[in-house]
Amino acid sequence: MKSNRLNTWLYRHTGARAALLLALPVLWLAIAYLGSLAVMLVSSFWGVDSFTGNIVHTFSLNNFHQLISQKVYSTIAIRSIGVAVAVTFIDGLLAIPIAFFISKVLKPRFRSVVIALVLVPLWASYLVKTYAWRSMFSDGGVISWLLKPLGIQGPGFGLVATTITLAYLWLPYMILPIYAGLDRLPNSLLEASSDLGAPASTTFKSIILPIIYPAIIAGSIFTFSLSLGDYIVVKIVGGTTQLVANVIADNVGTAGNLPFAAAMAILPIVTILGYLFVVRRSGALENF
Amino acid sequence: MFLSRRAKTLLGLLTFGTLAFIYVPLLVVALNSFNPSKTFSWPPQSLSTVWWSRLGESKGVFPAIISSVKVGLGATAIALILGSCIAFAVSRYTFYGKNTLSLLVIFPIALPGIITGIALNTTFHTFLDPLGKELALWTVVVGHATFCIVVVYNNVLARLRRLGQSLEEASQDLGANIFQTFRYITFPLVRSALVAGGLLAFALSFDEIVVTTFTSGPATETLPQWIFNNLFRPNQAPIVNVVATMLIVLFIFPVWLSQRMSQDGSAGGRL
Repeated sequence: MKSNRLNTWLYRHTGARAALLLALPVLWLAIAYLGSLAVMLVSSFWGVDSFTGNIVHTFSLNNFHQLISQKVYSTIAIRSIGVAVAVTFIDGLLAIPIAFFISKVLKPRFRSVVIALVLVPLWASYLVKTYAWRSMFSDGGVISWLLKPLGIQGPGFGLVATTITLAYLWLPYMILPIYAGLDRLPNSLLEASSDLGAPASTTFKSIILPIIYPAIIAGSIFTFSLSLGDYIVVKIVGGTTQLVANVIADNVGTAGNLPFAAAMAILPIVTILGYLFVVRRSGALENF
Repeated sequence: MFLSRRAKTLLGLLTFGTLAFIYVPLLVVALNSFNPSKTFSWPPQSLSTVWWSRLGESKGVFPAIISSVKVGLGATAIALILGSCIAFAVSRYTFYGKNTLSLLVIFPIALPGIITGIALNTTFHTFLDPLGKELALWTVVVGHATFCIVVVYNNVLARLRRLGQSLEEASQDLGANIFQTFRYITFPLVRSALVAGGLLAFALSFDEIVVTTFTSGPATETLPQWIFNNLFRPNQAPIVNVVATMLIVLFIFPVWLSQRMSQDGSAGGRL
């Protein structure tokens, strides 16, 4: 009888049903998670007592002053953005041919197999994949073994290894949107273009590229922001390379300067949000 | 098609090259786990299963696996509840801030893990330090659940949108109450989406290291943390290869399974 009354009440009050569903998630995401982000932003104005190592809860612009005045940090920031751009560029270059081959050249029955081959490693452990590149770049590893007959020394651990490993990790995120974009492009358009006498390069420039452009932008959001926020890769294959993310991580860990880390974390947040803002004009975000 | 045979062959070769780029490093790890030499100079001089048989002697792997499983189960359970609540609310009701909420769900996975990690770390310290408590396993569960919600949400929402509401309406027209309708109609229809979302959430949690690092206490070590802490130690590296190879094989199967089950999207929740 009781459950019946509850049932009738719920049936009549649509708003109450929605409120019951939303109470917990909103508490978790809007209060706990957004609240944490807010606390972090506020904490970037705090400082650390150099004597006791305790956090001092007084407002100051010291952290930001330090970030701007010391040249190391602007070098690190430019280097990190450079790596993120390079990774995005490499992934775009690798992804366009493979996506085009799968969707337009391959016979349909092989298509799902090859797409699965691209997708499955996306789920192999992130750490294992990074570790795999440590075996590739290590002294006496596969890459130096491959380059030895050519008389070239391998790059070893450093900026090059970091860029290649990041490009490797985020490649599927670029291939998939481009593949989806090409899949929507009817073959008849390509045939019409070549019937009208356009060489392949013209067809690529004036038909394919405009159509996959939003997809490339969508993919670049992943490759760019994931690269900018990653510090594990640079620790494993980067040698002594310093990027924004591992400077942040070191300030939380060994240096114990949480407020400074929070101030530094604003850089990737602002860069990523700025990138999203610029990209929104291309219409790429509507496909999500 | 407008492409010459030569252009198609070239594209095929490029595709083959990219696939090789994707798979060769993973195969190298797998082969190295059978390499008896500790320096792993390439190519291996001989193959043996010596490191595989010594897996049991390694300190810390098994406790780390147990911690990872605990965290994964806890985070998945929370994500299943919160994620499906949001999915039901978003697909069935109109309310103020609906668009903001669906954006907010994506936030924890869209922002770099280090940001989520530090944000939660600051909050935990702000609230736990005055109580004299430390970060522990449950704080990792909270961190993981936050970014796992979106995976469940995506899967359940896609399913609910595909189903529509006509079956539920029919059930209520025939006299079933809200709870009966949920139990006999809605739940069976979304069950496989829940399984798929849950598997993906577990896989995501099991693999995570960045948020883990900033939300775990000194006494906790998950499997990714164990790998990270041991891969720089020359004595432990052979065992890391073995564990890594096991993970490559173990990971791929459940994910393949969950993608079969979800049918709603090709990339599951990761995209």
